[in-house]
Amino acid sequence: MTSARLLFTALFAASIIGFLAGSYRRFRLLLLGKKENRFDRPLERLRDMLVYAFGQKRVMAKPFGVNHTIIFWSFLVLLLPNGEFILQGLFPALTFQRLPIAVLQPLTLAFEAVSLLALAAVVIAAARRLFFAPAYLNASYVKARSVDAFLILGFIGILMMAYFGMHAASIAQGKEAAGWFAPVSTLLSRALAGSSSEGLETVVAVCWWIHALVLLAFMIYIPLSKHMHILAAIPNCYFKNMEPASIPPREEFVAGREFGVGRVVQFTWKDLLDGFSCTECGRCQAACPAAATGKSLNPRQIVHDMKVNLLKNGPFLHNGGAPVLPLIGDQGEGSSREDALWACTTCGACMEVCPVLIEQMPKIVKMRRNLVETHARFPEELLNLFENMEQRSNPWGIAPTERAKWCSSLAVKPFVKGETEYLFFVGCAGAFDARNKGVSVALATVLNAAGVSWGILGKDEKCCGDSLRRLGNEYVFDKAAKENVAQFNEKGVTKVITQCPHCYHTLKNDYRQYGANWEILHHSEFIARLLKEGKLKLKLKHKVSEMGRSVIHDSCYLGRHNGLYEAPREVFSAATGAMPGEMARQKEDSFCCGAGGGRMWMEECSGERINLARVKESLEGKPDTICVSCPYCLTMFEDGLKDIGADRVRVKDIAEVVAAGLGS
Amino acid sequence: MLIVACIKQVPDTTQVKIDPVTNTLVRQGIPIIVNPYDTNALEESLRLRDRFGGRVVAVSMGPPNADVTLRKALALGVNEAVLLSDRAFGGADTLATSCVLSAAIAKLAEEDELTLVVCGKQTIDGDTAQVGPGIATRMGLTQLTLVDSVENLDLKARRIRVRRKLEGRHEIVEAPLPALLTVVREINRPRYPTVPHRLDSLKAEVKVWDNKVLNLDVNTIGLKGSPTCVRRIFSPEREKGEILGDALRDPAGATGLLVEKLVQKDLLPL
Ligand code: SF4
Ligand code: SF4
Repeated sequence: MTSARLLFTALFAASIIGFLAGSYRRFRLLLLGKKENRFDRPLERLRDMLVYAFGQKRVMAKPFGVNHTIIFWSFLVLLLPNGEFILQGLFPALTFQRLPIAVLQPLTLAFEAVSLLALAAVVIAAARRLFFAPAYLNASYVKARSVDAFLILGFIGILMMAYFGMHAASIAQGKEAAGWFAPVSTLLSRALAGSSSEGLETVVAVCWWIHALVLLAFMIYIPLSKHMHILAAIPNCYFKNMEPASIPPREEFVAGREFGVGRVVQFTWKDLLDGFSCTECGRCQAACPAAATGKSLNPRQIVHDMKVNLLKNGPFLHNGGAPVLPLIGDQGEGSSREDALWACTTCGACMEVCPVLIEQMPKIVKMRRNLVETHARFPEELLNLFENMEQRSNPWGIAPTERAKWCSSLAVKPFVKGETEYLFFVGCAGAFDARNKGVSVALATVLNAAGVSWGILGKDEKCCGDSLRRLGNEYVFDKAAKENVAQFNEKGVTKVITQCPHCYHTLKNDYRQYGANWEILHHSEFIARLLKEGKLKLKLKHKVSEMGRSVIHDSCYLGRHNGLYEAPREVFSAATGAMPGEMARQKEDSFCCGAGGGRMWMEECSGERINLARVKESLEGKPDTICVSCPYCLTMFEDGLKDIGADRVRVKDIAEVVAAGLGS
Repeated sequence: MLIVACIKQVPDTTQVKIDPVTNTLVRQGIPIIVNPYDTNALEESLRLRDRFGGRVVAVSMGPPNADVTLRKALALGVNEAVLLSDRAFGGADTLATSCVLSAAIAKLAEEDELTLVVCGKQTIDGDTAQVGPGIATRMGLTQLTLVDSVENLDLKARRIRVRRKLEGRHEIVEAPLPALLTVVREINRPRYPTVPHRLDSLKAEVKVWDNKVLNLDVNTIGLKGSPTCVRRIFSPEREKGEILGDALRDPAGATGLLVEKLVQKDLLPL
C-alpha cells in the first residue's frame, strides 16, 4: 500500500468515526425527549417524505427555493461519484473507469452537468447571502453572512472545482478520455495542454487531496452544524404531524408532576428532532405576524433556542444532572423569553411555510402550559380572563344567564334532544359582544330563511375554551372540554353550526382528544351547503353597489388551521353576485388579525399593533367593506379602522352579507 | 406566627335575583364563589407568611359544601383549612357569626401564637362589614379596617403599621399585635393557583369543626343568637337615566347642562 493510500485510509477512518460520533451524540440527545407516537400510517408518511423532503415541495414555494433544490438534488446525485472517489482512494482498482463506455460516458456527462449546476447554485447562494440577503435571513444569533453558511457553500464549491481540476488534469495526462461526455473537464484540460507530465501529476494529486480533505471535513462537520438538517430533515418529514391540526396532546393531571414544558427534556423526541432539522431559512420569521410587527417573538428563534438549550444542557442531562441553562428565561441564546412566548397569536403561519415541516407553534403552547400551570406566571391581564372562564365560562365574566339575550328579538328555540337537527353553538363573542350579537342575529335569520331545524343551548352553553387552551391553561380547559362533551352527548347533539372559527376548531379538532366526533360546520361552510342544495334563495338585487368595493380576510383558524378558504368566497359571491377583492397576503399566506392564541385578551405593548398592520394592508385596495368570518377578526378590524380614522370602511361578517342578500 | 384568614362563600351576586313573592334571594342555580374581598385577605395572609414565616389557616363558616371554597384556599397555598359547620350555626347574623369565628380562632391560637386575623372588607352578599370588627371586639384584637397596604410588621416589638383607605384620604396607623385587619381590593392582586397546588388541595384535609368541638352556648349562635331580623328585601327601583348633551363633541356644553341639573336638584352645594 502506498503511503498516500495509507494516509487516506487513516483519515477516512478518522472522519467516519468523527461523523458517527457526532451523529450519535445528537441522536442520544433526541432520546432524552419524551415519548410520542409518530410511527403510524407508514405509507402516507413515506409519501409525504417523498413529496416534502425529496420533492422539496415547500422549499420551492419561494422562487429562490429552486436554487436549494438544485443543491439538494446535486448532493444526492453526486453521492455516487463521491462514493466512487472514496472507494478508489481505499481500493484504487474500484473506479468507474472500468465501467463499459456505454455506461461510463452518459454517467460522466450527468456528473459533469450536475456538478456545474451545483457550482452555479452555490455561487448564487453565496452572492445572495453577501449582496442581496432578504431581512428574514438575519436573526439574533444566526446571520445571513454566518461563517457556517459560507463554510458549507465553500465546501461544496471547492469539491466541484477540485472534481473538475482532477478530471481535467487526468484528461491532459491521457489517463481519461476527452469528449462530449465530459465537456467541462475537456474544456479545462485544454488550458493544461502545455504542462509537463510532472506538472499534471501535481495538479491531479493536489486536486485529489483537496477533494479528499474537503469531503472528509464535510462529513465531520455535518452533524456539528446547522447542516445537521441534511440528516435530520428527511426523517423529520417522515415523522411529520399527520393529524388535521397540530395540537399538543392532553395532559394527565396527576399530583407530583410538572406540567407543560419547562425543561428541554420535557419536549418529545420529535420536538427535539425539529430542532436539528431547522435550516435557519428564516421563512417562519418572515411569515410571523409577531416578528413582523417588532415583538420579541421569532418562531425560528424558538426552535433555535430549544436546540441550543439541548446541546448545552445535554452533557449534564445524560448524567441525570440538572440543566445549566434554563429553557425559559432571559438568558440569551438557548433560552426563550417569556414575553416572546406570550406574543404568539397561534396563527400557524410559521408551520404553513416551514420547508421541513417543523411545528413551532405547539412548542410555544407547551411552554405556556408550564408557565401557567406549574408557575402561575403570565401577563397580569390574563388573571381576570382565567377567573372569568373558570367561574362564569366566558371571557368577560358576564352572568351566564345573559347568554341568550342576543336573540330576545327573535323567536329562537332551545335545542331539543331528538327533535332539533342542528345545534347553533353561538359562542361567547356571538352571545355577549355587542357587535357580534348582530352577526348571531344575522345568522339566525339566514337559518330560518332556509328552514333549517336548529336550536341553541341558551344559558347552558359554555365557553369552548379555545383561549384557555392556546394560552396554556390546560387544567381549566380540560374541565371545560369535559363539561361540553358531556353536555353535547347528553343532549344528543350530533351536528353543530358555529359562528366562530375558534369554537369551530376547538369543537372539531381539540375535542377529538376527548372522544368527540360530531359534524362541526362553520357558518360559511353551512351556508355554502344550503345554497348548493337550493335551500337558501338569495335575491341578488341589493348587491354589489351596496357593498361597494370589498375585500375578504381569511381567519387563521378557518383557513390555515382548517383549510376552509373557498366557502366564505363562494358564499360572498352568491350573496353579492361578485367575488370579493383579495388582499396581497391571502389564503395560506393570510396575515393574522392579532387576536388568536388568547392575544385578544392581552395588551399589545411592543412594536406595531398587528391589527393595524393588517388593516393597512386591507386598505391598499381602497375597499368600502371588509368581509370577515370570525368575531375576533371583526373586532380587530373595527378597532384598527377606528384607530387610524378610517371607520367609514365597514366590516361585515359573511353571515351579515348573506342576511342582507335575503332582501326582505 | 399564626395568621388566620377568614373567608366566606357567597352566591355570585351579579347573577342573583330576588323572588318577588317570597322576598328572598333566589339562590338556586346561582354559582357560588369566594367572596372577592376575601380573596385579597387570603392573598395578603399568604404574602405576609411568605415574607415573615409562620402559618396561614383559612377559616370559613358555612354549610358542608363550603368545603369547595376552602379547597380553593388550599390550592392557593394556605397551610390548613378549617370549616365551621353545624346546623346550630345556621341562620346566623353578623353577631352570631363573629361569635363562632372568634371561638374557632381562639382555639387555633391555643397551639400557636396568634399574630393576625385577616378578613375582607365586607361580603358581597350581606355587605354589612360587621363580622371583622365583631371578631376584633370579642377577642380584644387591635382593629384595623379598610387596610390597603401593610407597611411594616415588627414581630419583635409586636407592632404593625398599615395604611387605611378612607374616603378621600389615607391614614397610616401603627398598632400593637395581635391585630385584625379588614382589607380592600386595592391591597393586592390575588395569585393564581398552580396546578400542583390544585391537585394537592384535592387530597388535602379540610378540618370540620362543629359545635361539639367549639362548645358554644346555643343561645349565642345560629338563628337563636341573632338579634337581626330581615323586614323586607327588594331591589331598589332605578330611575331611568338621561344623556345630557353631546360630551364628545361639546364637553363644555354638556358639563354646563350637568351642573345646571345638579343645582336644580339641589345636589350641588353651592
Ligand atoms: S403561530 Fe403565528 S404568531 Fe405564533 S410563532 Fe407561528 S407565525 Fe408567529
Ligand atoms: S423553523 Fe422551518 S421555516 Fe423556520 S427557519 Fe427553521 S427551517 Fe426555516
